[in-house]
Amino acid sequence: MTVTNDQGRAPGDPEFSELPLDVEISTEEGRKLVSLLKDDRPHARKLLEVRNLSTHFATREGVVHAVDEVSFELDYGETLGLVGESGCGKSVTALSLTRLVPSPPGEIVAGEIIFDGIDILKLTGNEMRLLRGKKIGFIFQDPMTSLNPTLTIGYQIAESARLHLGLSRRAALDRAAELLSKVGIPKAKDRLADYPHQFSGGMRQRVMIAIALACDPMLLLADEPTTALDVTIQAQILELIRSLSDEFGTAVILITHDLGIAAGMCNRINVMYAGRIVETGRVDDIFESPRMPYAWGLLDSLPRLDEEKGARLRTIEGLPPDLINPGPECRFSPRCHYARDVCRASEPELSPRAEEDHLARCFGTEPGGWIQ
Amino acid sequence: MANQTRTLEAPAAAAPRRSASLWGDAFRRLLKNRLAVLGGVIVLGLIFVAIFGPMLAPYEYQSQDLAAVVAAGGPVDPFVGPHFFGTDNLGRDLLSRLMDGARISMTVALVVQTVVLLIGVPVGAAAAWFGGRLDTLLMRITDIVYAFPDLLFIILLSVALRETAVGKAMDGLFVVFVAIGLTAWVGMARLVRGQLLSLKEAEFVEAAKAVGVSDFKIILRHLLPNASGPMIVAITLGIPGAILAEATLAFIGIGANEPRASWGKLVAEGQTYIRAEPHLAIIPALVVAIALISFTFLGDGLRDALDPKLKGKQ
Repeated sequence: MTVTNDQGRAPGDPEFSELPLDVEISTEEGRKLVSLLKDDRPHARKLLEVRNLSTHFATREGVVHAVDEVSFELDYGETLGLVGESGCGKSVTALSLTRLVPSPPGEIVAGEIIFDGIDILKLTGNEMRLLRGKKIGFIFQDPMTSLNPTLTIGYQIAESARLHLGLSRRAALDRAAELLSKVGIPKAKDRLADYPHQFSGGMRQRVMIAIALACDPMLLLADEPTTALDVTIQAQILELIRSLSDEFGTAVILITHDLGIAAGMCNRINVMYAGRIVETGRVDDIFESPRMPYAWGLLDSLPRLDEEKGARLRTIEGLPPDLINPGPECRFSPRCHYARDVCRASEPELSPRAEEDHLARCFGTEPGGWIQ
Repeated sequence: MANQTRTLEAPAAAAPRRSASLWGDAFRRLLKNRLAVLGGVIVLGLIFVAIFGPMLAPYEYQSQDLAAVVAAGGPVDPFVGPHFFGTDNLGRDLLSRLMDGARISMTVALVVQTVVLLIGVPVGAAAAWFGGRLDTLLMRITDIVYAFPDLLFIILLSVALRETAVGKAMDGLFVVFVAIGLTAWVGMARLVRGQLLSLKEAEFVEAAKAVGVSDFKIILRHLLPNASGPMIVAITLGIPGAILAEATLAFIGIGANEPRASWGKLVAEGQTYIRAEPHLAIIPALVVAIALISFTFLGDGLRDALDPKLKGKQ
């Protein structure tokens, strides 16, 4: 079955379809997807259920287990933080959710990603395009390189709306102007014909947000959205993401290595280390009573205002483990001051802690453990 | 206070904001390059002559002024009398014939570069985008075509098709045009592949994928416009090669049928009288040289103007 959409048909037109041109629907999941694209209601218990997701990269040295059996859930409208140091699998997790992992060398080798009731790993590449931009928006890290230098801002914002909402060029540009003023760019209508080089870094990130929100997605993936920006602009951009996600009821997965940002923005936090989730819980629980030595290390390494002048920042000593051949031990044990023999012999499971929904992967903080 | 406001507003009024400055900037840089402007003006002149030649020419390129030939006892001398560049031994006006030659050469430029674009761009883009085996296959084919002796291929093709409808199309020129194009696309394929290989790693490509744009549209709307600068330069610099190839073939008698007047054919015909009437060979040869050099100047100027590394330095 080939569903085509004559670009330019308005909603309400009997011929109108919300599908981009020439997407062949060939799977059962694809048909389910088409039916739920018609409205913005929730269709499942959770917006996102990720089960045992593993993403590997084939390299010359061996297979890198970049994301290793990661499981988590996301409620409709919830903001989840993915935190951890560089190379711990945060970005690959986000890319896996949209199936944008560069392949080869990357591959999602196992697991399930259930988005709004649909197992997206069963969709074909073409069917996946229906979801991207429409139900899942993506904000990239570097706004300087994520916009096409040869296309106008207006075209780049309108592209998504034309593709997914079947809007005509003119209608899509109107929508683009509306979005552009919504993300706080003055004289939006006059700036549609501008090119990215005429915008500053902060403004470009606002444009990226406008693109991500063009079709009113249910999930916004923000991959270190403020890393390339200076601190004052950071605050503005985060505030913008927060207010717009509140307004549209969009769930957000915020990827960051900045715990301060995560604390300010998120309902829940997943701490990742070496391709695994090592602790997950509500933001208050993570910050008030972290139950994993790695999380203590992260919190401890934050600069503090009440610190003595000239004192060195604390660091977590050592390096993250090699992800090519992870051993059977707890992956943090080589850097952990509290590690005992049991930690080096086997890896703990994510297990519940005292607070509700608070899980940690550590023998020492399990009930009856040696760290209290 | 009032004074301050005025100084703040003045520059804004003096320099109104412009958009679409990507091409505008390049065009302004081009205008600063005198040789490129000179080349561009000559190229525009040639295009003008090619389009309106028959209306501008003092005579028809094939009509003979036999009385003048008889009176002169051979080809008519240039710069005296009604035939400005003189005539050939058949009494045909050289200026008018050169204008017809311009028509042929500009058509060569257009048709050959169209063929080059139609073959080179898809081949290069497919090789770069899909990579792997398809890339290897397409690039090996490109290598083979590149290594093949161009002139031999064109001669074989024109001779083989001489008596067919294709061979006779456009006074015998069509098959020559296509044959030149069929050997000339390899450079474009390699250029496009190289450009796209680096461009496809750009983050804006990932951003376009994240919005759900199809592969085809990413190549067409996101990648190729970013490669258009080098492509325009390659096309402009490829034109002299195509014109020269056609002139070379015409010189050895392949291509334009009588009485069409390709520049190469004019040189070949004039060569017979090189001692008595040297202008018959020299003038067409000069015209060819000027045309080639104009395109080269223009191409070089475009390269400097469109090269992003030079932005802001001039």
